[in-house]
Amino acid sequence: MIRSLVRDTPSIPWFLGILAAFCLGVTLLSEATGTGALSTSFVKTLGKTLCLCLVAIAMDVVWGYCGILSLGHMAFFGLGGYAIGMWLMYARTEIIVAESLASATIPPTPQEVEDAIATQIFGVVGSNEFPWLWAFADSFVLQLAMVVLVPGLLALVFGWLAFRSRVTGVYLSILTQAMTLALSLYLFQNDSGLRGNNGLSGLQNLPGLGAVPQSVVSITFFWASALALAAGYLLFAWVVSGKMGSVIRGIRDDEARVRFLGYHVEGFKLFVFTLTAIVAGLAGALYYPQAGIINPAEIAPIASIYLAVWVAIGGRGRLYGAAIGAAFVSLLSSWFTGGGAPDIDLGIYEIRWTDWWLVLLGLSFVLVTLYAPKGIGGLVDLIAERRAPRRTGDVGPDAGALRKTEAAE
Amino acid sequence: MCRALILLIISALVGLAAPRADAQSGTLQDILQTHAGEVADPGRRTVGPLMEDLAGSGLPGVARFLERWSDKQVVRNTGDGLFYYGTEDGDGYALADIATDEPAGRAAADAIEEIRPNGGVRRVIAGALVQFQLSDPDRAARVAALDAIARRPAADQLEPLRASIPDEPDPALRARKDRLANLLTARFGADTETRIAAIERLSDAIDLETRAGLSQILSAERGVAVNLPADANVARVLEIGSDLSEADAYSQLVEADLAPPPVTNAGIREALAGAMAGGRVGGVPRADLSDPAARTRAYAALAEAGTVPPLVTPEDRAVAVADHVFYELYNEPDPAVTDAASAALAEVEARVGRHQVLDLGLDAISLASIYFLAAIGLAITFGVMGVINMAHGEFIMIGAYTAYVVQTIVPNYTLSLVVALPLAFAVAFGAGVALERLVIRHLYHRPLETLLATFGISIALQQLAKNIFGTQARPLTAPGWLDGAWVLNDVVAISNIRIAIFALALVFLAVLLLILKRTRLGLEVRAVTQNPGMAGSMGIDPGRINMLTFGLGSGIAGVAGVAIGLYAQVTSEMGANYIVQSFMTVVVGGVGNVWGTLAGATLIGGLQKGIEWFNPSNTLAAQTYMILFIILFIQIRPKGIVALKGRAAGD
Repeated sequence: MIRSLVRDTPSIPWFLGILAAFCLGVTLLSEATGTGALSTSFVKTLGKTLCLCLVAIAMDVVWGYCGILSLGHMAFFGLGGYAIGMWLMYARTEIIVAESLASATIPPTPQEVEDAIATQIFGVVGSNEFPWLWAFADSFVLQLAMVVLVPGLLALVFGWLAFRSRVTGVYLSILTQAMTLALSLYLFQNDSGLRGNNGLSGLQNLPGLGAVPQSVVSITFFWASALALAAGYLLFAWVVSGKMGSVIRGIRDDEARVRFLGYHVEGFKLFVFTLTAIVAGLAGALYYPQAGIINPAEIAPIASIYLAVWVAIGGRGRLYGAAIGAAFVSLLSSWFTGGGAPDIDLGIYEIRWTDWWLVLLGLSFVLVTLYAPKGIGGLVDLIAERRAPRRTGDVGPDAGALRKTEAAE
Repeated sequence: MCRALILLIISALVGLAAPRADAQSGTLQDILQTHAGEVADPGRRTVGPLMEDLAGSGLPGVARFLERWSDKQVVRNTGDGLFYYGTEDGDGYALADIATDEPAGRAAADAIEEIRPNGGVRRVIAGALVQFQLSDPDRAARVAALDAIARRPAADQLEPLRASIPDEPDPALRARKDRLANLLTARFGADTETRIAAIERLSDAIDLETRAGLSQILSAERGVAVNLPADANVARVLEIGSDLSEADAYSQLVEADLAPPPVTNAGIREALAGAMAGGRVGGVPRADLSDPAARTRAYAALAEAGTVPPLVTPEDRAVAVADHVFYELYNEPDPAVTDAASAALAEVEARVGRHQVLDLGLDAISLASIYFLAAIGLAITFGVMGVINMAHGEFIMIGAYTAYVVQTIVPNYTLSLVVALPLAFAVAFGAGVALERLVIRHLYHRPLETLLATFGISIALQQLAKNIFGTQARPLTAPGWLDGAWVLNDVVAISNIRIAIFALALVFLAVLLLILKRTRLGLEVRAVTQNPGMAGSMGIDPGRINMLTFGLGSGIAGVAGVAIGLYAQVTSEMGANYIVQSFMTVVVGGVGNVWGTLAGATLIGGLQKGIEWFNPSNTLAAQTYMILFIILFIQIRPKGIVALKGRAAGD
């Protein structure tokens, strides 16, 4: 099976090899395990970028392979972050509260501990009680299940409703965008039970690991992110290869024809939509402990549109393209907006990239869409074709026979 | 007539019933000199004739004199015996003429006799002042006097108010005086019949003053007792559980000293901490105290020893609450009056409710016309041409910023608006044509790519606007004639800008329908959108038509931007705020149809206001629920409200 997977997706060894080499390099240069040439915050940035690559690959499967331009996958990403963030925040506050109450003359009752945690967490939105959403927040395992279940169920219900009524194309995009907008507006309310626009914070402090320095935490999360990315790459390579992959690509190219061939199009779409949503949730659960804070602005529709931008710039319809796009654009973006790029003085006007980066991004995005629909991944084609030019050319009238041999495999 | 009445009232006020027909002529000083003794040392019972003369004189400075007299600013110069307004100034007094308030020299402190009317006299003066203000020739002064009465109604204002009604020239103020007189009668009337009659007359009102007055009559206080008081005017008896929680009921008992205060958990903890000795308290080891049951046990032991008040158990609490009756008592002792008032209030509230629905309807129409304006351009580019233009919101922004720039150049607001509307159309039209020629033209067969490319344009334009105009909101000032509001009553009101936006939306609808249905361009647009190939072979240039159509949609967005900028504020994100709603409007209404957009905007606007009505404090929740509704609505009618049929539906 592995052999057929690699044959269908020749990029797997390349991708995993480059990822492993990258991991090794970062490990050797990090503060905790190497020379210290890379600062802890930069290791965190790299770890976060790997999570973004993972969600970009998921986006690529749902858009580049299945043709559903979902503008809601960053919402699933954020939901995963919220799910894990609730446990992180609860458990850490519990430790702090327990410490402060331990010195009291009278040992606290469980109810007193819970009230103190609630006051600590929800004081900022003027409440001192746990909303029902937090019923499982004290359990790591249950909250981890929420990381999978909440985005998965939301995607399942939404996808079922949308695909069942044959909402396709741009309508579906707008509908997913509406879902994202509704979700972020809901979370912006103070009484949503998730601290309104304050969001959840202090997520970088892992409960019970207060003594472990952040440099170790950051490199551990980096490894975990890399592992998740590798696993996600294999998973999606498997999903889009073989017969199922052909059906999924068929749906992208001509949905009606696939339906007339007898395939249950809605089932395939729902499977892809839900699976990618779950992976997006997992990526979010790895991302936000590294980011340290999550708030509803992260879920706003613009985030999901940026995700589509990464995938388009990296190159749709190829998994490594999405990963390249996410890494390239997000790192470049933080370089430009972080003041890393030198300003250009035109004499009459000084171009400050913190102001002009979005203009550049927007325009380059238009240019990529117009002139390089294959994105950065198209460069790989150029190299690959030079190395081994395709000699079959136009197979002519017996092309059908070639397809027959393919199908027999 | 007026004067005679005033005289009558004042005589009634001061308790003397002898009107003096020969109102003194001459200056204010003359009148004061006639009653010099009364002015210098007034008494509540004897000041009457002076007040009558002052009221009867009709001199302009009387009200000022009364005010200052009451404020102890009138002095008498013992040298010439005349009255002045005096203010202390160093070791002497600066004097001002009593009639004109013009400076009249200085006087040494020992030559001045200060005049200090006592409290009773000041009340008489205040009553007379109300009278003066209520009949003041200046309308604003009369309104201020009425406002003062409405804020602090008192029994002694009734007579002067009634007296001023017949001579009130302004019909609106007269109606208000009538209403206030009714309200005062209802609250302070002499007997039950007059009060009930006044209350019944109030029941056809809708204004805030009447509602506040009626609720004041119905104000009630909570009480608790073992038995219901027999001779009191009971508003209602509170049921434990439905009207009043058991905890609240018990704390009311505690407040009334009918039950011992409950011991809170914090109290228990403190008591235990205080009594801790040798790691044990009440025979319970410290480590066990994290268990609530152990805490109760330890506390009970302490209570038995008598060092702390005994614990109030939930059973004690239930028994105590059950043994008492909780009720609300009207402050008004007369049950007939409160019955009449609650009936009148119910009637008023029902009328207020109906008017609120009307007001909500107006709000909804206004919101719908804003959504319609924002979406109508999109209805053309997306609905008719099928182009997803995520930069549509930025065309709205371009129009708004155009108007802002025009306003900085043309100072006259009306003129700048007249210039800005066509200019905004022209600028946005140009931007739209440029976008169509440069980008969208190449992507007609790749709708998802169009979405992304125009999104790129959108973020670039937003950031560009930020770089040029800064991040802070720019105000777009409406001309004076658009300020203010159309006010039907205290409940129903709508601002003029919203009315103008509604009118603008209607004009847009008409113009667009006219263009699409009645002009050569409209015919060609419809032909190209239905079948570009066939249209092309009929001699229509599809490229040109697409360009013009897209420009038209963008230009309309620009004009909408001016309207939205007047109503909200001009920021670089203003377009982005409307883009999702606009797409919703078009999709819900039905793609490819201007009427559909109208229906969609009406539905969404009405729905949002309807949801807000249930939960007025939370517009975010309203938007959330509205979007959820739309997602479900698309399930039922995937093609929108007004669905195209037949070949035009495409697919």
